[in-house]
Amino acid sequence: MMESMNAIEVDDLTKQFDDFTAVNHLDFEVKNGEIFGFLGPNGAGKTTTVRMLTGIIKPDFGQVSIMGLDIRRDPIRAKQLIGVVPELSNAYTELTAWNNLQFIAELYGVPKKDARQRAEKLLGKFDLYERKDHKVRTFSKGMKQKLILAMSLMNDPEIIFLDEPTSGLDVMSARLIKDMLLELNKEGKTIFLTTHYMEEVNQLCSRVAIINHGKIAAIDAPEKLKMKVGGLKWVEISFNTSVDISDFHTMSGVIDVRMSADKLRLYTNEPGRTVYQLVDYSRSNDLEIVTLNTLTPTFEDVFIKLIGEVK
Amino acid sequence: MIDQLKRACAIAKKDVSIYYLKGPVIIFGILFPVFLFLAFVIGRDLPVDFLIAGLLSMTIFFTSMSITPVIAPTETQTRNLERLVSAPVSITTILLGDMLASVLFGIGISLVPILVGMAIGVTVTHPFILAAGIVLAAFCFSAMGLIFSSTPTSMTSTVMMISTMVKFPLVFISGIFIPVGELPQWGLVLASVSPLTYITDLCRYSFQGTSYYPIWIDITALVIFLIIFMTAAVKLHEKSLPERL
Repeated sequence: MMESMNAIEVDDLTKQFDDFTAVNHLDFEVKNGEIFGFLGPNGAGKTTTVRMLTGIIKPDFGQVSIMGLDIRRDPIRAKQLIGVVPELSNAYTELTAWNNLQFIAELYGVPKKDARQRAEKLLGKFDLYERKDHKVRTFSKGMKQKLILAMSLMNDPEIIFLDEPTSGLDVMSARLIKDMLLELNKEGKTIFLTTHYMEEVNQLCSRVAIINHGKIAAIDAPEKLKMKVGGLKWVEISFNTSVDISDFHTMSGVIDVRMSADKLRLYTNEPGRTVYQLVDYSRSNDLEIVTLNTLTPTFEDVFIKLIGEVK
Repeated sequence: MIDQLKRACAIAKKDVSIYYLKGPVIIFGILFPVFLFLAFVIGRDLPVDFLIAGLLSMTIFFTSMSITPVIAPTETQTRNLERLVSAPVSITTILLGDMLASVLFGIGISLVPILVGMAIGVTVTHPFILAAGIVLAAFCFSAMGLIFSSTPTSMTSTVMMISTMVKFPLVFISGIFIPVGELPQWGLVLASVSPLTYITDLCRYSFQGTSYYPIWIDITALVIFLIIFMTAAVKLHEKSLPERL
């Protein structure tokens, strides 16, 4: 397969449920080997889009191509190339972890020997090997989610679709899954990630699409989106003792001041000048600066702004 | 084609492990037709081979249709269906897998009345025809169960209620308790549209050597019912799938 080929191509994709247009003429592509984030508020059309991309439901209009294969015309071959982690935990709880993996291998036609080797390797990687013969109903949410990710890798897919893979997981499990995604991406896998966690998108994704009301609101690299959106910056400072918040409102360039725990957040359009003023203030009042940070808009700010614009 | 058949076998294996190899399911599969049967035959003077043939057809009917109606609603509820549909298998393959598991269960449990009959001295006059009939009927009734499972719901109780409403009337119009030849004209018409009539008739032929319909009609009717049920099941599942996700 050509390296330059797009892993996923979406052309004019549309889905309607009665009078409601869930997905409205979407056009985008995901490059081979990238981690692509797909974001949107609840009900924006994310899951419907992912279900059409993975061949679970048929679009009313438009085309989806998976590694050059039309998912409608050639669904079996196209699905053979993908691994899917749907939104909710869905391993068979009455089967053991091992049997779940073997079942998936059989569904994808993986030869028995490869299936055994892959299952052993994946269970080891996800720290589940000791529990391989236990029924999944005895697993914690984190263990189930790791198993579901392992199941999606049993066919050694070219593209992995993940819908909220770290939702509700503890920090360690979430980190393990994120590290695994980065590792898979290094191995050349294309990853299509749907998530609500902005920080996850910021850390993992090379490009991101934001969808709202079934339409793409923006699509670009996270940092580029932040630059495009621009907006306020702020300086966050904490002193060794409490200060009077009203002292800061008069500082030049400062638009708003908010107290958060032991930190002051000064919203400003001149962060450099604000820092100088804060240092002067600490000297003149004989205060010690404990922490001082200048911050730019987070990806969450970008998300909120773009979603607001599409409304 | 062979790939899809292998994948259907994997689905059948999964179904057997999860849904069929359970003590209560097996015991219910054996006891339910027996008790229902006893409730209607006790006190009536009927030949043993007539009774065993009826019991056998009823056992195949109830066991082959016992689990297939609830697999899709259960997997909708447990969110396994989405994972299954995202795999490289067609809806026909998924249904075929569910059907194969049900057929194995139906055939396995149907051995019980045959063995009971043989233990009390009933002889099988036409064993090959009986074997072919059991397999065919198990496929036919499993496919019938798949039609019920296409109901776009995750509530197994809803599906069970619908299937029970169809199953019980069929038992009474299919010549199990009253021979088809003794039914009034309207009863004969009703019996002819029930697939259960043909397997009951085939079982009678296999045990007693006599049947109401020629044996080729019994087999042809079961094949036709199987094709109709399977085609309808695939179409209905294709239609209802998006509503169940």
